[in-house]
Amino acid sequence: MTAPALPRLGVASRAAGVADSESWLGRLMLAPAVLYIVLVVGVPFLMAIGYSFSSVTVGTSTPRFVGLENFKNALQDPAFLRALGNTFIFSLGSQTLVIVLASILAIALQRKFRGKWLVRLLILLPWVAPISLGSIGWMWIFDPIYSVINWTLRHVGIFGPDTWPIWLGQPNLAMASIIGVHVWRTMPLATVISLGGLSSIPQDIHDAADVDGAGFFRHLFVITLPLVLPILLVAVLFGLVFSITDMIVVYVLTRGGPFDSTQVLASLAFFKGIDGGDLSGGAAVALFLLPVLAICAVLLLRLARRAEVV
Amino acid sequence: MATVETRALRKEFTGHTMAVDGVDLAINEGEFLVLLGPSGCGKTTLLRMIAGLEHQTSGDILIGGRLVNELPPRARKIAMVFQSYALYPHLSVASNIAFPLKAQGAPRASIAGEVERAARMFGIERLLQRKPRQLSGGERQRVALARAMVRHPDVFLLDEPLSNLDAKLRNLARDELKQFQRRLGTTTIYVTHDQVEAMGLGDRIAVMSGGKVRQLGPPQEVYDEPADTFVAGFLGSPPMNLVHVDGVVAGFRPEQLLPAAAAASEGSGPTVPMRFAVERVEHLGAGRLLYGTLPDHAPNEKVIVSLAYTVHSTIEAGRTYDFRVHESNLKFFDPDTGLRVPARPLRRTG
Amino acid sequence: MVGARKVAGGVANFGVVAAFTGFAAFPFAWMAITMFKQTKDLLDPNHNPFVYHAPPTLEHLRVLFEDTLFVRWVGNTLLVGVLVVLITLLIAVPAGYALARLTGAAGERLGIGIFLTYLVPTTILFIPLSRLVAALGLQDSLWALVLVYPSFTVPFCTWLLMGFFKVIPKDVEEAAMIDGHSRFGAFVRVILPMSVAGLLTTVIFSFTLVMQEFVYGLTFITTSKNLTLSVGVPTFLVRGDVYFWGSLMGACFIASVPIAILYNLFVDRFIAGFTVGAVKG
Repeated sequence: MTAPALPRLGVASRAAGVADSESWLGRLMLAPAVLYIVLVVGVPFLMAIGYSFSSVTVGTSTPRFVGLENFKNALQDPAFLRALGNTFIFSLGSQTLVIVLASILAIALQRKFRGKWLVRLLILLPWVAPISLGSIGWMWIFDPIYSVINWTLRHVGIFGPDTWPIWLGQPNLAMASIIGVHVWRTMPLATVISLGGLSSIPQDIHDAADVDGAGFFRHLFVITLPLVLPILLVAVLFGLVFSITDMIVVYVLTRGGPFDSTQVLASLAFFKGIDGGDLSGGAAVALFLLPVLAICAVLLLRLARRAEVV
Repeated sequence: MATVETRALRKEFTGHTMAVDGVDLAINEGEFLVLLGPSGCGKTTLLRMIAGLEHQTSGDILIGGRLVNELPPRARKIAMVFQSYALYPHLSVASNIAFPLKAQGAPRASIAGEVERAARMFGIERLLQRKPRQLSGGERQRVALARAMVRHPDVFLLDEPLSNLDAKLRNLARDELKQFQRRLGTTTIYVTHDQVEAMGLGDRIAVMSGGKVRQLGPPQEVYDEPADTFVAGFLGSPPMNLVHVDGVVAGFRPEQLLPAAAAASEGSGPTVPMRFAVERVEHLGAGRLLYGTLPDHAPNEKVIVSLAYTVHSTIEAGRTYDFRVHESNLKFFDPDTGLRVPARPLRRTG
Repeated sequence: MVGARKVAGGVANFGVVAAFTGFAAFPFAWMAITMFKQTKDLLDPNHNPFVYHAPPTLEHLRVLFEDTLFVRWVGNTLLVGVLVVLITLLIAVPAGYALARLTGAAGERLGIGIFLTYLVPTTILFIPLSRLVAALGLQDSLWALVLVYPSFTVPFCTWLLMGFFKVIPKDVEEAAMIDGHSRFGAFVRVILPMSVAGLLTTVIFSFTLVMQEFVYGLTFITTSKNLTLSVGVPTFLVRGDVYFWGSLMGACFIASVPIAILYNLFVDRFIAGFTVGAVKG
């Protein structure tokens, strides 16, 4: 980039260069970002689409066009269908829990109390810490023999002498466990977004509701929640997009097991495409995520716009 | 309607700022009381304490003779109009107005009728289905008022409801507001920093500064007989001229210093001669403002004189004229405390 | 009575906050306890896991730092982090400014488009990217990560910075231009110094995104000594089937908590940027 001109008023010949022209400067400053994104995101994206319509493995040098065959195979593959179902359970289940819990927490955090900074730091930990590491932490907590959960519940008496659940080893429990870990990790972001939404309601409105006579529940359900709803929905959509495309929790905790009961589309794509070398198959699986994502993205944008209430 | 009383009311915020520092007020039934003062003087905090939105540090509040210290806002039978109007943005105008009725459990059947009546009183019936964001400032203000009166409270509390309106609309809005209050007869407490509004609306004005009430009285009394230099300087635009003469602060209003001839024809009583050296003249259409000094009394202090258009004397900048002020218009204040002291003869220094 | 209800409400509130805070922080507290426990204490199912039956030890940490590739992974992660942050700043800062000031309506849409690329999941891109990386000869190299990581940091940070720049009043730049600077000069000499907070936030957030990344790291890099923390710790800190929990938990704790503390200092700015950026487009 040329050094910025240091003119003084009165120095005659300072021709307006690129540094002045608004439209050219804008394009120039934007160019690296656009170029980079096109190359590193756009091109691979198109390649992924291309792969899914051809037959490519790690060994292939020239791809062969096969039309919708990969997609057909996927839809007939019971493993795929199970992963599809699991993805829905995983995403919808975890995000429903998240939005309810995050709203409750956000409302509870409205009150003033000391040590809020510490609370905020701790609540954000699951989100900020690399999720692979957090998951390993949970793996230890869920350990078949040494699980602290099992030990504590036994000791407190809630679990009987024969109850020793294998959190990551029994199919339904495993799904519940990974949903739990995912809730643990995505709640902070939803809480923070909800808090932002709550604090955007002018204090006057709360005061007016108090003066008008609204009790706790009327105030909450008729005034507060409707006004935060648009932002809450943004949080939900973000969370959904995130959950549908995530493979880390599954990979680290269960590798998709036991017996594929926790396999989701994203992890399936990984195992097929990278571990298995079937690039086309993996790409096809991954691409099923796209229509869902597109819908979520559109909805997200509409809601983010409408979040300006006043 | 009800009376409102505060006794030794105090509010201290964390950090030891005393927002309200011992306020005793007794507001009569049906009275329109204005709390007037600059920002930070405590008037809004005082209003919010009466409403129950702030809890007082010490002191008592009585509404209708009943101690309300521990009662939440909804139990005090008050209604409030906020500076921002605080309309519920996601509800229609009709739902906004109906909200207090629903919240207090009014019978369903009667709510629609009450809403209609309130809307009609403010001329907003045709707006009932609209949302607040589709309304103009003036319309929103009316909705806020309708919502406030719909449940017939004992006291209205208004926090600068006209300050968000266009300057041109304010006079009309002020007129409508006062007429409406007269019709309903509800005790009203009104907060503003605009002294013109205060003078125009109040039955009595409480001038506040630093958390204390400096003077309480009808507008003309507060204007004519200010209790201290703060009140003297706050009311009136341009403010009262306060000059240091002879070990005391003498004050007179800009419209009260007149050319000798005009002063003579302005009422009876002795006048005090004060020569006025004019530095600059502003022609304002409805009158003139003269900026200058009093060479014989306070040659180093700026004085402003306001001449109505009915005063025809020719005035030129750079010249000194014989001006006079009626003795009864001269007020005297202690130079250290600012408090009013009895009148005395004025000696020239020059 | 108002007083009693207030107290009950306060207690319930406290309970809710305490419960969630406990839930969030427990795994990390657990990591902290585990990493100092002697193995024989740790692996006895009859021992109360909350108590140290044998005195705490630094052995696990010693093993972690001396006998494993942990330190090397920390170095790798820092290297990638710093480089990616630099690249991100170089690309996203001008882009964010351009979108905030110089491009009008088309710019709004482009800004949204850029943000949307953040939502394109790594699980769609990683397959073709692995081919590209191999084609460039970068497989198993940290440079593959340096090349690819900006694909999520740049869209996110561009949008974040756009929000930050929009909030700065135009008058400041206009005054600078009247004083004799070009538009770009005003940007460098006036806007950037004023945006230090926004830039720092971008740095922290980019670095955090890099530290958290797992999929590309797992896909592109195979040799253990080239791994980043996020991938190395869960996959290579085990010998066969045996998990060395003490060291493992130590690694997790060390790699999580400091960055979280740093991040926490900047969250407020992030929220401001987020709500401005999202709502005002």
